[in-house]
Amino acid sequence: MTYNFVQEMNKPERFAGGHRLCAGCGAAVMARNVLRSLEPEERVAIVNATGCLQAATFPYPYITWEDSWLHSAFENAGATCGGVEAAYRALRKRGKVKEEYKLLAFGGDGGTYDIGFQSLSGAMERGHDMVYICYDNEAYMNTGIQRSSSTSRFADTTTSPAGSVIPGKPQNKKDLTQVMIAHNIPYVAQTTLLSNMKDLNEKARRAIHTPGPAFLNILAPCPRGWRYETDQLMDMTKAAVETCFWPLFEVVEGKFHLSYKPKKKLPIEEYLKPQGRFKHMFKQGNEWMIEEFQQEVDRRWEELLKKCGE
Amino acid sequence: MIKDRLSGNEAVALAMKSMNMDVMAAFPITPSTEIPQYFSQFVADGATETIFVPVESEHSAMSACIGAQAAGARSCTATSSCGLALMNEVLSVASSLRLPITMCCVTRALTGPINIHNDHSDAMGVRDCGWIQLYAENAQEAYDNYIMAVRIAEDPKALLPVMVCQDGFITSHAVENIILLAEDEIRKFAGFYEPENYLFNSREKVAYGPYDSPVYFMEHKRQQAQAMIDSLEVINAVSQSFGDLTGRYYDLLEAYRAEDADRLLVVLGSTAGTAKQVVDELRKAGEKVGLIKIRAFRPFPVQALVQALGNAKIVAVLDKSEGMSANGGPLFADVCAALGGRGPRLVNYIYGLGGRDVRPLHIKEVFEHLKDDIEGKTPAAKTAANYRYLAVRE
Repeated sequence: MTYNFVQEMNKPERFAGGHRLCAGCGAAVMARNVLRSLEPEERVAIVNATGCLQAATFPYPYITWEDSWLHSAFENAGATCGGVEAAYRALRKRGKVKEEYKLLAFGGDGGTYDIGFQSLSGAMERGHDMVYICYDNEAYMNTGIQRSSSTSRFADTTTSPAGSVIPGKPQNKKDLTQVMIAHNIPYVAQTTLLSNMKDLNEKARRAIHTPGPAFLNILAPCPRGWRYETDQLMDMTKAAVETCFWPLFEVVEGKFHLSYKPKKKLPIEEYLKPQGRFKHMFKQGNEWMIEEFQQEVDRRWEELLKKCGE
Repeated sequence: MIKDRLSGNEAVALAMKSMNMDVMAAFPITPSTEIPQYFSQFVADGATETIFVPVESEHSAMSACIGAQAAGARSCTATSSCGLALMNEVLSVASSLRLPITMCCVTRALTGPINIHNDHSDAMGVRDCGWIQLYAENAQEAYDNYIMAVRIAEDPKALLPVMVCQDGFITSHAVENIILLAEDEIRKFAGFYEPENYLFNSREKVAYGPYDSPVYFMEHKRQQAQAMIDSLEVINAVSQSFGDLTGRYYDLLEAYRAEDADRLLVVLGSTAGTAKQVVDELRKAGEKVGLIKIRAFRPFPVQALVQALGNAKIVAVLDKSEGMSANGGPLFADVCAALGGRGPRLVNYIYGLGGRDVRPLHIKEVFEHLKDDIEGKTPAAKTAANYRYLAVRE
């Protein structure tokens, strides 16, 4: 099926306006477009981990979601969705639920890479027919920009501040997508918010229609945490992809496919420079930080190219 | 009538199977491990249609139950000790979402130091989480309580999760004579889970678990508290109809030879069995002693307790957990609050921690102390101390 942006945009909205997410928030664009990959007649039940997306979309009694939705806690979206899926199988078997449902779980990087990691890993290993979608904004944004294991090295966060002795987060970003691939589940993909959302839409669609567990990792910038102007969201994601910091790829039944290879890989400064959280890296004498950051991006990109047979 | 010989764990696993649960999610922990073991065997042998979810932690067990129950399924789990403590956070989620999940808590000491034997520190640690807690004296009661638990939980007046507690090893592993119900009788009694709202309701969508601001939070808690108050009536009604079916009638508490007693004990769980034997012996010798066994600890049966304790001169509340309040155990605190300073004098004994054996001689010792207290024979310093220990080296 050919992707038609206009057609996608004209679908009935499943993620209503009026939510409390910030202007320029990647999570809202992410959720809206993942849901847009569903056909209007497709039914879905959604589990949401605690985080910005949850808190800002259901402040009682107002709700953004047009579909049935469940929030339990921060670290358990995987297990909770697994329970929903077990119920689905039980109720379908007994004829109590006649309609077909797709099951989605949303969590931020805090709820996915860190506190909810065990719950996610367990759910994927058990093979629940569900899609876990991580919106990765590289820190605990809901509590005020604290570092997570997803936070990039050197990033200035409120618990990895760029001080006079320690220049931001000392550790490299955890590569969760590779960890999920190691679960040997049928579908894993990495994407972000780009131009007409084709890449995200198609990957979400494939994930949702893959029987068994699927994992989507979606880079979803945060203007407060990354310190960029709210109208620059799409510039952030584009730079992440063009510098190969956030490669677009998918792994279908263990086979790697690179979704996009930049004609000319841009230097990492293009991604780092517009973000206030990396500002200190551009001070005189800190060139080594940019060099080491670039080396890590290159190393991971080369490894990925090999896996993709490029 | 089906007569059998089963352990408490086996009996509860059988009750869960008979109930035709939709989903069972559990993680092994001593001494409740056998329940998911028996249950997964039922599933493996095709003896039940229930979906068994072998989760990777107790936190995930309760989370999966929350997801399943919210989706419209009847779900259950079993755990003990640290497993229950790990669930703590999501226990409150389950009760505040008004999800009638049922669980068997095979009581065991909470770690610190690690100990696998029985006391009530695990269940007491979650007593404020909004779950109904029913305590069983033996395997028969664990089985019966579990069958009743599903109907109590799902009653629209309650809509609260229920924890059926049985004492680790003492009840869970000891094989006893038991009377079972036929599966069709249980299914008829338990009925079907037909929630008003659930995720897979195609007629009406639902959202669970909002962010609740100070404008609404307190009203929601008040409603939840009312459900706990109303569940006293629900427990009584369900117990009545269970009695009509089986001939085994249960109240919120059991008063054993208590009516004219001047000395009474208040206990939870298997200790009641030991204490009843002591009461019988002492009664034979002409001593006016009796026992109150609390069956429903949450909701706390205030009225029934005040009535049952009314004529005694002194009451010893036996706590199988240390509340670390410097003021006695949690059961003692609730009994004190129920009496509000009226009625008989109350003393507290902390006993049986971490599986410390509770023998008839220990129960006799308590009754003797109480006699001394009444007769003013105990030294003044000791009389003043209402917070006591039983069978401990000090």
